Amino acid sequence: MLAYVIRRVFQSIFVLLMVGLVAFSMFRFVGDPVENLLGQERTQADIERVREQLGLNDSFPVQYLKFLGNAFQGNLGVSYRQGRPVSEIIAERAPATLELAGVSALLAVVFGVGLGVFTAIRRDGFMANFIMTTSLIGVSLPTFLIGILLIYIFAVELGWLPSFGRGETVKIGWWSTGFLTESGLKAIILPAITLGLYQMTLIMRLVRAEMLEVLRTDYIKFARARGLSTRAINFGHALKNTLVPVITVTGLQIGSIIAFAIITETVFQWPGVGLLFINAIQFVDIPVMAAYLMLISVMFVMINLIVDLLYFAIDPRLSADASARGH
Amino acid sequence: MTTPLLSVRNLVIEFPNRHGPLTAVDGVSFDLEAGEILGVVGESGAGKSLTGSAIIGLLDPPGRIASGEIHLKGERIDNLRPEDMRVIRGRRIGMVFQDPLTSLNPLYTIAEQLIETIRTHLRLSEREARQRAIGLLDDVGIPAASRRIDDYPHQFSVGMRQRVVIALALAAEPELVIADEPTTALDVSVQAQIIDVLKEQCTQHGASVILITHDMGVIAETADRVAVMYSGRIAEIGPVREIIKNAKHPYTSGLMGSIPTLAQEEDRLVQIPGAMPRLSDIPPGCAFNPRCEHAFDKCRVERPVLIPVDNREVACWLYEDAEASEAAR
Amino acid sequence: MEAVSNFLASDLFYRFRKSPVAVVAFIVTALLVLSAVFAPLIAPQNPFDPGSLNLMNGFSKPGEPNQFTGETFMLGTDDQGRDVFSTILYGLRISLFVGFSAVLFAMVLGSVLGLIAGYTGGRTDTIIMRIADIQLTFPAILVALLIFGIAKGITPPSYRNEVAIWVLILAIGLSDWVQFARVVRGATLVERNKEYVQAAKLIGRKPMAIMLKHILPNTLGPVLVIATISLALAIIAEATLSFLGVGAPPTQPSLGTLIRIGQGFLFSGEYWILLYPAMTLLALALSVNLLGDWLRDALNPKLK
Repeated sequence: MLAYVIRRVFQSIFVLLMVGLVAFSMFRFVGDPVENLLGQERTQADIERVREQLGLNDSFPVQYLKFLGNAFQGNLGVSYRQGRPVSEIIAERAPATLELAGVSALLAVVFGVGLGVFTAIRRDGFMANFIMTTSLIGVSLPTFLIGILLIYIFAVELGWLPSFGRGETVKIGWWSTGFLTESGLKAIILPAITLGLYQMTLIMRLVRAEMLEVLRTDYIKFARARGLSTRAINFGHALKNTLVPVITVTGLQIGSIIAFAIITETVFQWPGVGLLFINAIQFVDIPVMAAYLMLISVMFVMINLIVDLLYFAIDPRLSADASARGH
Repeated sequence: MTTPLLSVRNLVIEFPNRHGPLTAVDGVSFDLEAGEILGVVGESGAGKSLTGSAIIGLLDPPGRIASGEIHLKGERIDNLRPEDMRVIRGRRIGMVFQDPLTSLNPLYTIAEQLIETIRTHLRLSEREARQRAIGLLDDVGIPAASRRIDDYPHQFSVGMRQRVVIALALAAEPELVIADEPTTALDVSVQAQIIDVLKEQCTQHGASVILITHDMGVIAETADRVAVMYSGRIAEIGPVREIIKNAKHPYTSGLMGSIPTLAQEEDRLVQIPGAMPRLSDIPPGCAFNPRCEHAFDKCRVERPVLIPVDNREVACWLYEDAEASEAAR
Repeated sequence: MEAVSNFLASDLFYRFRKSPVAVVAFIVTALLVLSAVFAPLIAPQNPFDPGSLNLMNGFSKPGEPNQFTGETFMLGTDDQGRDVFSTILYGLRISLFVGFSAVLFAMVLGSVLGLIAGYTGGRTDTIIMRIADIQLTFPAILVALLIFGIAKGITPPSYRNEVAIWVLILAIGLSDWVQFARVVRGATLVERNKEYVQAAKLIGRKPMAIMLKHILPNTLGPVLVIATISLALAIIAEATLSFLGVGAPPTQPSLGTLIRIGQGFLFSGEYWILLYPAMTLLALALSVNLLGDWLRDALNPKLK
């Protein structure tokens, strides 16, 4: 068990280093950092000075290590576009994305698992088929289209909810939250649904497929042969066996919500790090791009790691196997 | 004549198909007395497992019972509502499946699975149920039952797991246990043990057994009567000793000839040429006629009925006269 | 001809005929593809030839004659006087072109890598599969965005619009090769262990050609399913990237770009600039997806 954990941790570190390398390469080789910082009027002396400052005269590995060191300490460079430290910009915008992601994830999991179980148990009912067909549409629809559709219906036509922005926010320490104002709460509804819908559909279909598989197993058949009640079979046995593998995938899905936030934030002009990233690409603001990349990677890798270890903890077969060769 | 424990009459099981329904079990009838062990033997695909599943009401769709009746102690059970059938399952009819590695839920301990089963059917407290469960594990020969009961299935060997399965099947004291290929997935060395446990415990707990298998040797050791199935029909049915000593149906004699024995003098095992027909290709008349060296015209045209001959019944036109002479006596 | 008649009599075609969903999806897809292919012939105007535009036609309502020029446009016009119907047709072209090309690229790249990984084994195999795993940790859209961003940074500004389409194909293709690689690698591994390969190696011949003959039929089914689903994903990916502004440029817009442009006019009431491209994208994505889903179920041996 311990060996496995250590191995996984090393793997994660390796991936992060790779990503760091890519980010660093972007920094170094895409565009000219010197040019971006100095602008049109510059002298040779200026260029030399900045080159020295940025450490561009050092060897590649040294630069790479310095880069990593800086990143570790939270120094992610200065935005070409805004001229401010990247870490500051990101800290400013992170709460928006995190709140959005949180609400979406909650919606996705609750409805995803619920509907998944429902459509598996009531397999041939009208409701189940209806939900499945609608879900197929949900998966086929690009997220941005859903967002636009929701805006059209609820903002343009009905005028119930705002069509862009975050509403009023309240600052608690360095965190700005939209949950404490009415406009903030109204503003998060459409984006959260848009962001969560795709994930919800995926989770639902996964839970359904997994549960149907489980319901076909020998041990469920045996449980039926023993006369256990339908409720005991569905919610006692089948559900537990379904959720174990589902947890892994769901965890990974949740991670990708933060990445998909890019799209939703663009549709709703939601001032989060996703929108920041898109703007950075538009303006070729390399530091911001690199920083976003690294942060997202750290997040992903950590989530992957946690989910893997969680899986280990939940499935008795895996944990027991490592300790005792049973009889 | 007391009412038999189980009575199956003209059971027909069909599978819908693009070109018309396929009949997997075609008019199977037999009785089972209390305390009896009935073996059901035949090749893969002969319809044995389907018959077992139909009796306990667990036929997998799209398969369905097209016609026929199943009676448990005189009451009809094949047409019950699902909830009523569920009450019978476990409590009056138990089932043991083939693969012990997949029969138990890997995420629950043996204790949890046993206690749940017991408490579903019997009004016992948690503690009483646990006591009973430990007793059952003792019965089936699990050593240190009171400790091992809290283990997970993967912590048991294959043979042990099958014993647990038997314990689970007997947990609510059913009157009938259907064992569907209980030893097929086990090592030869373990097979005999499991069959012994099955026979012993079922007798002890007062359950009759339907033992489904393709292994004639197991039947010979264990069963009182045997039904030989071929292509969804019963070819021969009667006491095990009689049939083994003196098989009447050509298929049954073929089966007997294919069992290796130490006393055998020939070098080669007898092989029946050909193969059992596919469901879509069952020949008219007797299903066995293309492979039968005694086949004659009637065999190819008219399907034989079960004819009583010499203490058993045979579905073969060779014995048509025997019926007449029996009737004449 | 025999192959055709074999196919028509096959189980697969039977199931296709019997499934109304599959048939409708196929018809819609075919219709859209044909429209795109023959766009120059069908479209009333070439909306991207500035010479053919009349600004006065701008903001015409669908079906109504324009108040200035009296011309009627079936689906209306946008702010530049471009006929929406025509922009949709040309946009469809770009969308489908990018989609198909990206999938083709992914398929070729994935298959080659899978073949190499499976055949060579050892270090190469591990490296390739490791890269695949790492890439899979991240959502495809992120990978595509990254590639696009880097490419944009490398390209001098004046060329950016021209190469955008190709970068798009590259980005989407690169984000999607893994599944193909896995299937081909699996089939290659199976073949590699067979005796004729050992025999060929013993006598010093390269068994690759023979292996390919065996590998190809085995992988055709799964690859087809993956390709169809990948196509749906590629189309959506392209639309998303274009919508985000990092895809097809306004000079060569795809459906996604059109929707981006259209969103700007939503509140001012010229809904048609958004609505019709959106509906077209919806129809396209949905039908390809349904087709892919149906194909996957039909070819799944477990469900037979």
